[in-house]
Amino acid sequence: MKLSGAEILIQSLFREGVEVVFGYPGGAVMEIYDKLIGAPITHYLVRHEQGAVHAADGYARTTGKPGVCIATSGPGATNLVTGLATAYMDSVPVVAFTGQVATSLLGTDAFQEADITGITLPITKHNYLVKKVEDLPRVIKEAFHIATTGRPGPVLVDLPKDITQAEAEFIYPDKVELASYKPTLYGHLRQIERAVNLIQESTKPLLYVGGGAIASGATAALHKLTELVPMPVTATLMGLGAYQGTDPYFLGMLGMHGTPAANYATLETDLLIAVGARFDDRVTGNIEKFIPNAQVIHIDIDPAEIGKNVVADIPIVGDATLVLEAIVESLAKRDLSGPKAEARRKWLEQTLAWKEQFPLEYGPEESPQGVAPQFVVEELYRQTKGEAIITTEVGQNQMWAAQFYCFDRPRSLASSGGLGTMGYGLPAAIGAQIGNPGRTVIDIAGDGSFLMNVQELATAVQYGIPIKVAILNNQFLGMVRQWQEIFYQRRYSHTCLRSNPDNVKIAEAFGAVGLRATSADETREVIAEALAIKDRPVVMDFKIDREANVLPMVPPNGSLDQMIGGGTR
Amino acid sequence: MKRHVISVLVNNKPGVLTRIAGLFARRGFNIDSLAVGETQDPEVSMMTIVVTATDSTLEQINKQLNKLIDVIKIIDITDVPSVLRELMLVKVSASPATRSEIIQIVDIFRAKIVDVAPNALTIEITGDESKIEGFLKMIAPYGISELARTGTIALVRSNCK
Repeated sequence: MKLSGAEILIQSLFREGVEVVFGYPGGAVMEIYDKLIGAPITHYLVRHEQGAVHAADGYARTTGKPGVCIATSGPGATNLVTGLATAYMDSVPVVAFTGQVATSLLGTDAFQEADITGITLPITKHNYLVKKVEDLPRVIKEAFHIATTGRPGPVLVDLPKDITQAEAEFIYPDKVELASYKPTLYGHLRQIERAVNLIQESTKPLLYVGGGAIASGATAALHKLTELVPMPVTATLMGLGAYQGTDPYFLGMLGMHGTPAANYATLETDLLIAVGARFDDRVTGNIEKFIPNAQVIHIDIDPAEIGKNVVADIPIVGDATLVLEAIVESLAKRDLSGPKAEARRKWLEQTLAWKEQFPLEYGPEESPQGVAPQFVVEELYRQTKGEAIITTEVGQNQMWAAQFYCFDRPRSLASSGGLGTMGYGLPAAIGAQIGNPGRTVIDIAGDGSFLMNVQELATAVQYGIPIKVAILNNQFLGMVRQWQEIFYQRRYSHTCLRSNPDNVKIAEAFGAVGLRATSADETREVIAEALAIKDRPVVMDFKIDREANVLPMVPPNGSLDQMIGGGTR
Repeated sequence: MKRHVISVLVNNKPGVLTRIAGLFARRGFNIDSLAVGETQDPEVSMMTIVVTATDSTLEQINKQLNKLIDVIKIIDITDVPSVLRELMLVKVSASPATRSEIIQIVDIFRAKIVDVAPNALTIEITGDESKIEGFLKMIAPYGISELARTGTIALVRSNCK
């Protein structure tokens, strides 16, 4: 039977198991939107295409399934750019479909034409411009395959309007045949044996876990490794939740706003085991002074990450879970007792003593300056029993969320780590809530970021999506202000947001619930009240200490032991 | 820093050249020359890229190229016995007095004169880079008014057992 390109798209999405798409209609995608009526896929109408791609991203990060979004040609497509770059930097499987002007008009500067495949070349894992309707099923099959396998990432498919109208026989391919794309999953056996030797001989191992561990589902394998060889564990922002946050061996996040224990551990470790992490500058600080005494086992599915920033003594290309399982299997056959094991035990005790000695701290719950933002996050943690999905915006709110909400499960934190996209958290929360209807989803936001995609409150209201937005409102672009305070002699250039609107009224105007807390007691009450609301979005506006800082802080390009507010060993 | 010649087999699809060139640009890798053309299989093109890079940069180039979905295979042929050729067209000023000298140089280098005008000669020469550079050095004094080069293309030599 012949189907139109638009019908082929919808049938193909169905075959790929896609249940929800986020999108915004427009001229070039009208054919697709027409066929969405009665389709076996739920479409959520966002209020800005950026909201669609972030929602797809939040859905993908918290479910592990690919997130799908649709936008029209030209401005619709260019509005996806930030979201695609966000997903690309954090390796999130997003598949974006964009309308395009008809093939006969391509390259003529037609109405709402933009070269979106050209524009997104450096921020997608791959992209396609479909010029023959017969190619569409294969392209869609490949797009999902590429987005979800290997190192995941966004893929964009550009669909000229006449392609969505033209008809072709619909045959969905069973498998993908891409001679030039075959990710390596199993680690090289000799490298694994060499890694096992190093682990066995190590006296101060440190497990350093990144987002790749979550993408791979490596939680159980990580815990098996530390059961066999007890060692301290640290994680990047993207890796939080891969290893249980409340586990005694977990030292917390490392890097610029990492815990002193984790940062000190990097300086003394003799064997860093990196799992799906990429040694970002926010993690390493001054790369010359990072892990001065350590050999490195670097496990990553992307060969290009190995040796990019840090030389790996043992590079292992492969899927984190499969590689860790192979390492554990081989380690289990070794004699792991003796003086090295004793040294490792002492090392673990030492790092745990640091954890005890230098916890993340803050002053009183409230002061005349306002509520402590860290207290707000801790209270969210207490009242949700640590079981919420947290999305964040970017800046202080993001770091406080990472520091004070303890993540016990993978896929519970969705935060723009690599690109650092303000405005990510609210639409990502919508996507996360749709993908996880039974869980509480909270966007920990700042008053600056909140306004960047505030229009998506209308989406949440329309579909009764009960996300919670917790605004840590300091009437500042807090992180920039903090840097101005520390590095620019408190010259607060354009970071004061005193004339921002009343967030409670904004929430109410959208049809959401707006709540405000100006004290610690009100904070407790407001959170309890918000968590009880299950049918609508809630915006909580917390008046926090305006000049609270995220501490500790390693100045950019500093060594990880040069922490402002981190205590000294 | 060392000069490397890398052969890259890619899918012969629109936009592939942009993907490769864009990758070099955004990652800050410098291309000395790049030549591209179809292979015996019309669905596959061969790109010959000459780069000057440190070992670690070259490793990154290799790995980043490999990540492109349209890249099938990469071979660094710098240290592999191979045939390297480039084609150059060059227009040289030639007065009646200098014409025969230039023709002699052309003969020595086994180049070809492909166009003659009253006061200029257009010369075609193929060869590896050192030959082309050597030829250029010899004819530069006569005055070069225009010049075009293809960039190096290369094939690995077959084993002769």
